[in-house]
Amino acid sequence: MRRIRPANFGMFVAAATMGLSLCGLAQAQESIKIGWAISKTGPFAAGAGVTTLPNYQVWVKDVNDAGGIMLKSLGKKLKVEVIEYDDRSNSEEMIKAVERLATQDKVDFILPPWSTGMNLAAAPIFNKLGYPQLAVTANTNQAPELTKRWPNLTFWLGLPSEIVDGIVETFTKLEKDGKVNKKVAMIAVGDQFGIELSTATRAGLKKAGFDLVYDKSYPFGTQDMQPVLKDAQAANPDILLAFSYPPDTFAITDTSKVIGFNPKVFFVGVGTAFPMYKSKFAGNAEAIMGIGGSDASLEGIKWYIQHHKEIIGREPDRWASPVTYASLQVLQQAIERVGKIDRAAVINEINSGSFDTIIGKVKLDNGLNRNVWAIGQWQGNDFYGVAPAGKQGAKAPVVPKPAWQ
Amino acid sequence: MTLVLDIVLSGLVLGGMYALIALGFTVQYGIARIMNLSYGELLVAAAFAALYLYSGMAVNPVIGLIVVVPASFAANWLLYQVVLTPLVKRAKNQGMLEVDSILGTFGILFVIQGVMLLTFGGTLQSYSYLSVPVHILGTTLALNRILALLFAVIIGGGLYLLLTRTRYGTALRAIAVNPDAAPLSGINVHSASALAFGAGGAIVGAGGVLISMFLTFSAAMGVTFTMKALIVVIMGGVGNMLGALTAGLLLGISETAVARLVDPGLTIAVTYALFLSVLLWRPTGLFGRPVR
Repeated sequence: MRRIRPANFGMFVAAATMGLSLCGLAQAQESIKIGWAISKTGPFAAGAGVTTLPNYQVWVKDVNDAGGIMLKSLGKKLKVEVIEYDDRSNSEEMIKAVERLATQDKVDFILPPWSTGMNLAAAPIFNKLGYPQLAVTANTNQAPELTKRWPNLTFWLGLPSEIVDGIVETFTKLEKDGKVNKKVAMIAVGDQFGIELSTATRAGLKKAGFDLVYDKSYPFGTQDMQPVLKDAQAANPDILLAFSYPPDTFAITDTSKVIGFNPKVFFVGVGTAFPMYKSKFAGNAEAIMGIGGSDASLEGIKWYIQHHKEIIGREPDRWASPVTYASLQVLQQAIERVGKIDRAAVINEINSGSFDTIIGKVKLDNGLNRNVWAIGQWQGNDFYGVAPAGKQGAKAPVVPKPAWQ
Repeated sequence: MTLVLDIVLSGLVLGGMYALIALGFTVQYGIARIMNLSYGELLVAAAFAALYLYSGMAVNPVIGLIVVVPASFAANWLLYQVVLTPLVKRAKNQGMLEVDSILGTFGILFVIQGVMLLTFGGTLQSYSYLSVPVHILGTTLALNRILALLFAVIIGGGLYLLLTRTRYGTALRAIAVNPDAAPLSGINVHSASALAFGAGGAIVGAGGVLISMFLTFSAAMGVTFTMKALIVVIMGGVGNMLGALTAGLLLGISETAVARLVDPGLTIAVTYALFLSVLLWRPTGLFGRPVR
């Protein structure tokens, strides 16, 4: 064994002391570390880049601009420090990154990934590590069972069955009022999202006495909608219902305009609530319905849309974006009420507390946020919630849709 | 009868887009001998350029072609000179070049994608231009898609004539057939290949601008275009302009026919069924000749 020379030994001691003093600094917490693993590349990047990541960025900026999160136990505000990983739209990468955030980076809280699949894949590891998981962009009928099994897991966008109920209720009411007939054309993308929603809607509409005059699915990734829409148009329906993804949502709207297909109710899928939809179609977006919605008359929502635009450079989408921001407000308020980094207590507070957010008052019911819109409609410059009709702020749907310009 | 006309015309317009996407690929693969896996990314990059010109500087995409096409030519020519030339020089035979260029361009794919992600973010992009109805023989079609078909026919036909009727075209075909023997007839294989690769790049630039008018795209979407181009090119015969044109139009018409007459869910199935049957019946593609 080589002997350590005195000079080197001195350096070693100095280094060790420095290391120790650094440890000491770390123990007196200077910041709250918040980490996330999100799809910045790969097929999920588009969705995560619209709904999730911008809201994380806006929220962190807001918290830090206000001085940080107040921790009563320390008697001061701590700024948020961010650690971010790209999961490359791969669930294994995401799980590895979440584990790394918890065990190596030792973050205080972890924000969830984007999409139903990613959040369900992340649920066991979030639970094992004991971190709250505010799974905003997850939309599954299993949610009530899952929150029972994993109390740290909460859902925020309602259930797919509620979207279906909203559709069937709205159409039934319109039919009773004599605004539309019973002919519905339904098209759906041929993946889990499209098949689940179209199957449930088919059953609901048939039960309500509607006549599905056209009912087909198309492969994921299709952007040429002319054949489908020509046949739907030939069936002469009063209602077009499409469970589509953003590229197909844009293509369905655009092609319908070109071929002059103008049913009284025009309902398209994911992407309708995007501000891009409004900027692309301008006046032609009027009276088009879709999943989601927001109550643009709420002061909080007005502030939020403007604020998001100032920081990110574009408006947020009107379905999951406001809810994502609201979930982060809930997280912050829960941490401040607990007053220290105690994740179990924070989870408890999220589940039992009542919170003031931009979407109004939020009080979770068995881990589920019920303050959420199923269907919205473009009316003027905003995408207003129209169903559930009983929810405060619900607008009456505008039917028939005006002619294409 | 109207249904048949409707199917044929809508199919031609869809097929025109496929052909347009495939033409640049077949030039780069067939003549410059580079199977360019970053092709779709280059297409998306051109689409982003068109979007930037349109929404940022109010330059309409048709005028935008004047900027994007030469820029894309220059970028591809440089790509060949800087990155691909070393691979061509060290390749002992066509097989080795194919493997090396696939691996090389696979890497380039991620570089281009990464740059686009950093510059434009991962969100979907979409704008409307010339999305106006045109009535032809009782069928309604979108003007922007007709424009893509017209460009495909003009580029495909023009290149076919260039390759078969001109001296320079003959030289290019000589390289495609036998790059080792071509120098013996005084052909500068290196500069001609670089030019062909650049020309493929010019076509991909035009394709990207034209499809951006009616397709929604994102930085991550390139690979779907590469796949489509690959299918069309292999079906038509590698390096054959008329083959790419025919195969593209054939795919468009059969997809539309199946969607209208059978079920829209089967459009992808019919693409691959057609691809498979062409490969079984003519392994070198519709217009390809047996290996010389």
